[in-house]
Amino acid sequence: MPELKIGQYGEDVITWMRDHLGGLFDFIASMMTHLLRWTYDLVAGLQAVPMVVVFAVIALLATRKIGLTVVLAVGLLVVDSMGLWYETMQSLATVLVATVAALVVGIPLGIWAAFSPAVRAVVTPLLDFMQTIPVFVYLLPTVLFFGIGPVPGVVATIVFAAPPAVRLTQLGIRQVDAETVEAAKAFGANSMEVLREVQLPLAKPSIMAGVNQVIMLALSMVVVAGLVGGGGLGSIVVTAVQSLQIGASIEGGLAVVILAIYLDRVSAALGGQGRANPAWWPKRRAAIGVEVAQPTTAGPKTPELVATG
Amino acid sequence: MKAYGLSGRAATTALAAPDPAAAVAEAGGFLGANDVSFQISTGEMFVVMGLSGSGKSTVLRMINRLNDPSAGQMLIDGEDIVTVSDARLREIRNTKIGMVFQHFSLFPHRSVRDNAAYGLKVRGVGRSQRYERADAALERVGLGGRGGKFPHELSGGMRQRVGLARALAVDPPILLMDEPFSALDPLIRRDMQDLLIQLQAEDRRTTIFVTHDLNEAMRIGDRVMVMRDGRVVQVGPGVEIVANPADDYVSEFVSDVDRARVLTAQDLLRPPLLTFAVGENPATALTRLADNEANGAFVVDADDRLLGVVTDTNLSGAIARGRSDLADVVTKDYHAVQPDSIIGDFMHLAGRQVVPVTVVDADGRLTGVVPRAAILSTLSSVREESHA
Repeated sequence: MPELKIGQYGEDVITWMRDHLGGLFDFIASMMTHLLRWTYDLVAGLQAVPMVVVFAVIALLATRKIGLTVVLAVGLLVVDSMGLWYETMQSLATVLVATVAALVVGIPLGIWAAFSPAVRAVVTPLLDFMQTIPVFVYLLPTVLFFGIGPVPGVVATIVFAAPPAVRLTQLGIRQVDAETVEAAKAFGANSMEVLREVQLPLAKPSIMAGVNQVIMLALSMVVVAGLVGGGGLGSIVVTAVQSLQIGASIEGGLAVVILAIYLDRVSAALGGQGRANPAWWPKRRAAIGVEVAQPTTAGPKTPELVATG
Repeated sequence: MKAYGLSGRAATTALAAPDPAAAVAEAGGFLGANDVSFQISTGEMFVVMGLSGSGKSTVLRMINRLNDPSAGQMLIDGEDIVTVSDARLREIRNTKIGMVFQHFSLFPHRSVRDNAAYGLKVRGVGRSQRYERADAALERVGLGGRGGKFPHELSGGMRQRVGLARALAVDPPILLMDEPFSALDPLIRRDMQDLLIQLQAEDRRTTIFVTHDLNEAMRIGDRVMVMRDGRVVQVGPGVEIVANPADDYVSEFVSDVDRARVLTAQDLLRPPLLTFAVGENPATALTRLADNEANGAFVVDADDRLLGVVTDTNLSGAIARGRSDLADVVTKDYHAVQPDSIIGDFMHLAGRQVVPVTVVDADGRLTGVVPRAAILSTLSSVREESHA
């Protein structure tokens, strides 16, 4: 067998990218830094307790369940009582930025893949690759490109978390009943109208399941990102483990779990369709009342239909 | 013509062959519709009938090009829809053709009103006008006031009413219906057929209706086209197809039909065996009865109007009493029906009198008879075939 120096080739490619695409990486880094800072300012703008109230209201609006909302709010208060509030908000900012970026790339790619078998043929193995390759393998190059700090963690998180957005968007669109799509076409809709008015709305549960998956995967990367100076709960856990502070690592881990439960329940509820309004939910008035017009008694047009084939 | 599973050029080559079906099959495709030509006139209810795989849906879907024909023309008002641009195709679909689907294919995320208004929304009609027309269409199909519901809140029959309203709301000159009622249970199906018949009586809309149910075809269709293996086997009014099936396939198909509900007196009409003019002598009449081995005969006047019936018994009585005119001895011992009477409505009366069931036209003229044997042979051939 001839010896293939795949490792060497890979290293060459990465070195070349670092040397020649530096401007691009700097741009991405500064953009990510700004996004992270801006998002962090948003979620950490208030003191912990008022912010918990805000989160509770969001959870109530999304899930429409009082009991669950109370449990989630208590969980967040526990995080604050452990003194990990700002680290948790830092991790939340990372998760939000990574999720939005993964969705911005993943959903359009999923739509494209749903319609083009060629794109699907390229994207599917790429997604398999992204999901199976160990995270640390590409964490290292990202550090080379973006340096130590929160940015490489976010970039690695995007790579790690984006695949479900592509997969479930693609799947959701392809699972839409073909006859329903045909019905829209039969009434003269063009492909954009079919996509916007039929395929995307009907694929929404699947797409939202993808969003939920993306969020959960992004959160699972938080600790890993701590290894490269990502800050937040990741740093707490990594430092605690490295210095054998078992108590601190338990606290950091618990905060991750509480954040995970909150994000999971809220994002899953947002994707739920046909959710029944509980009794205490304010009733909405019927959207539009249109008076019933008399039946149209337009006379018959006079087409003639001839087929030869 | 429609060849499935072949690229454009391969299809063209195969379809040009002397036997297109074989050529397409050899090239690895499947010929869905072969040499199907038909002409539908304005306002006609045209039923395409066949078993599954016979090409009936293929033909329907080529009309609005949900399936692209591989070869041939499809002229709507003289415009060949096969060759029009995509933009024009969408315009034709939107303005000229409404479609109703087998599994309803409603938009589950839209209200009933929004479903019905969909074609108008695509057309760019403003919201209030769109809803007004959608509500009018819903009213016509018996769903007035249900516009705010969602499809999943309705029963199957109601959903298909929404499907029908969606097609009617754009007021299309052509309506395509792809086995619209076959997913419904029999009672609902009958209601929907009644609704369609009623709407058709009001609109006289050109309708192409695909079904595998011959009873349905007979009930609603002005003309029926029977298809098999992508070919047209027979086209004609339903009664004609039942009475004169073109081949064994069609006759097997029509064996399921309840002929008693389809055929009319006219279809089984025979000339009367024997008629007497009103002035005839009873003695001569009795002799003629004997010569014809009959027990009774009709008596008509100079204009062929039916006066009544004489039998051997009352003729011999008349002779004994010395009567010289048949007009004095006629009885009303017959049962008269109109030419368009349904056989099922009078067949129980056949054989009760000496003479067969009598068919008279609106002016009272004797047009013929329906012998009991003719009814029995028509109905029994159904049973034989359906048991086979």
